[in-house]
Amino acid sequence: MFDDQESFTTPDGRTIGGVMMEMKNITLRFGGVVAIKDISFDIREGEIRAIIGPNGAGKSSMLNVISGFYNPQEGEVWFHGEKRAPMKPYEVAQQGIARTFQNIALFEGMSVLDNIMTGRLGFMKSGLLSQALWWGKAEREEVKNREAVEKIIDFLEIQNIRKTPVGRLPYGLKKRVELGRALAAEPKLLLLDEPMAGMNVEEKEDMSRFILDVNDEYSTTIALIEHDMGVVMDLSDRVVVMDYGKKIGDGTPDEVRNNQAVIDAYLGVAHD
Amino acid sequence: MPDQLLFAMEVTLNGLMAGVMYALVALGFVLIFKASGVFNYAQGVMALFAALTLVGLQDGQVPFSHLINAIFGTELHHFGWHLPAIVAIIGTIAVMVLFAWVVEKLVLKHLINQEPIILFMATIGLAYFLEGFGDMMWGSDIKKLDVGLPQGINGWIDETTLNALGYGFFIDNLDLVATVIAALLVAGLVLFSQYTKQGRALRAVADDHQAALSVGISLRFIWVLVWSIAGFVALVAGIMWGTKSGVQFSLSLIALKALPVLMLGGFTSIPGAIVGGLIIGVGEKLFEFLVGPMVGGATENWFAYVLALVFLVFRPQGLFGEKIIERV
Ligand SMILES: Nc1ncnc2c1ncn2[C@@H]1O[C@H](COP(=O)(O)OP(=O)(O)OP(=O)(O)O)[C@@H](O)[C@H]1O
Ligand SMILES: [Mg+2]
Repeated sequence: MFDDQESFTTPDGRTIGGVMMEMKNITLRFGGVVAIKDISFDIREGEIRAIIGPNGAGKSSMLNVISGFYNPQEGEVWFHGEKRAPMKPYEVAQQGIARTFQNIALFEGMSVLDNIMTGRLGFMKSGLLSQALWWGKAEREEVKNREAVEKIIDFLEIQNIRKTPVGRLPYGLKKRVELGRALAAEPKLLLLDEPMAGMNVEEKEDMSRFILDVNDEYSTTIALIEHDMGVVMDLSDRVVVMDYGKKIGDGTPDEVRNNQAVIDAYLGVAHD
Repeated sequence: MPDQLLFAMEVTLNGLMAGVMYALVALGFVLIFKASGVFNYAQGVMALFAALTLVGLQDGQVPFSHLINAIFGTELHHFGWHLPAIVAIIGTIAVMVLFAWVVEKLVLKHLINQEPIILFMATIGLAYFLEGFGDMMWGSDIKKLDVGLPQGINGWIDETTLNALGYGFFIDNLDLVATVIAALLVAGLVLFSQYTKQGRALRAVADDHQAALSVGISLRFIWVLVWSIAGFVALVAGIMWGTKSGVQFSLSLIALKALPVLMLGGFTSIPGAIVGGLIIGVGEKLFEFLVGPMVGGATENWFAYVLALVFLVFRPQGLFGEKIIERV
């Protein structure tokens, strides 16, 4: 469709760069279940890439492969032009890939502020000893991290719940806090697993706005899984469609919307 | 004031001090349980092992001397030095950190995502291994531990209470020191977990493994860290108990006393471990004092367990533990 390294401008005036992440022939099995079957696709610098498909298609599994939670039996993951060795999730995170979870994984016992602060752990440089010996340096670092977190809190419009323990928040707000924690890491690539599941229309609109703003203001590359087709078509630059672990479509929203295999999958046409 | 009441007050105070000792052991359990969901049966043996190592280092004992002498026909027993307490303590901390690292490398790493009961069994195995290892390394004789902590009746308290109340309280200096050290230890742990990067990461892991991984925390590093801290807490407990009653293998049984403390305080709460320890300490001393004579004494052997049992029935999550709600 486009040259791998060439950048181009979208209809709405954003610049999309060359390939940042490339999945090559990924196959992931759980015992007898093949969750991902020989799938290849790429994510370009600065784009919003959607992964869609019916329940159980393997979308979350794909996100888990990218973030190192699952290691595929076959295939290669390329990041910034380098083949990635099998990695632990924390190593992937340290490479600048942040994520949220379909079932929300927050620190329920901590406040909103502390939750988002954990996203900054990678920026806390001073070790145990220097923290004990040079309070000044550690304190400056703390102030800087606090400022970054406050900015995110303002951005996500959650000032009024900064001190609230996350366990007490309603679902929609939890999703927002989880996004905040991922943003706090200042990721190059942001992975969102159904960021709007279970939200009402108004909450979805807010979340869509946040996602677009993040992408726009910080040129963060975003890969997201979403079931709401309207949202997907509005947000994404390109869409991967999965069904039963296989890739059945890949292209701009318009292209996949008119793809017969995709239409069949969504209308539940029988598989051969 | 009537004598009976004064006695009871003295007993209560002594109970509080004994409770601090229980709390120290329970603290080690809670730390590991919070961070990794593992009930570490070996915590008591770790206290024993730390105390053995401390004495061994201090007295310049040759480790594994039995084994070495049996194989090589030598007569090695002592290096012939006597280390200052502080040096021996630092050496012992290093050994406990090494132990934490080895446990992670050889045991925990291979049991990731296993059921808690499997991990629990692994720690039972670890406990017996460590006990045997300690025996082989340092010998099984009862050792005297002396790192210079004061012991014996506190004269000032005795005199002051004698003058004020007409009855001198017997409070052991060692118990006073233990209380101060335990307070410092807890304060240090709280500062550590609230204000340092590693402490934050530790709290994160204790709260949610998945989320912790996603923000770039290495679980294995945290496990080594938390086992090291538990090893340090074990050392402190080992020093206190060892000074009091000598370093002997029955020391590992204090772990059993920590169990009712945990049931009372909740397995996941640091304040719970402290308060639970104090309640058990005071409870068993007072019970022995008030009810003991009527039932022929020795109630201290079982009181804690019965109290814990009562708690299990009425408040299974303990005083401070998180409420356990099964979602259906
Ligand atoms: N950890 C796991 N162990 C075993 N099977 C798994 C695991 N994770 C996913 N699977 C299986 O892999 C397949 C794909 O699951 P996945 O969660 O990736 O689907 P999905 O597209 O995200 O679905 P949904 O829209 O319902 O979230 C399913 O059959 C699922 O049961
Ligand atoms: Mg999913």
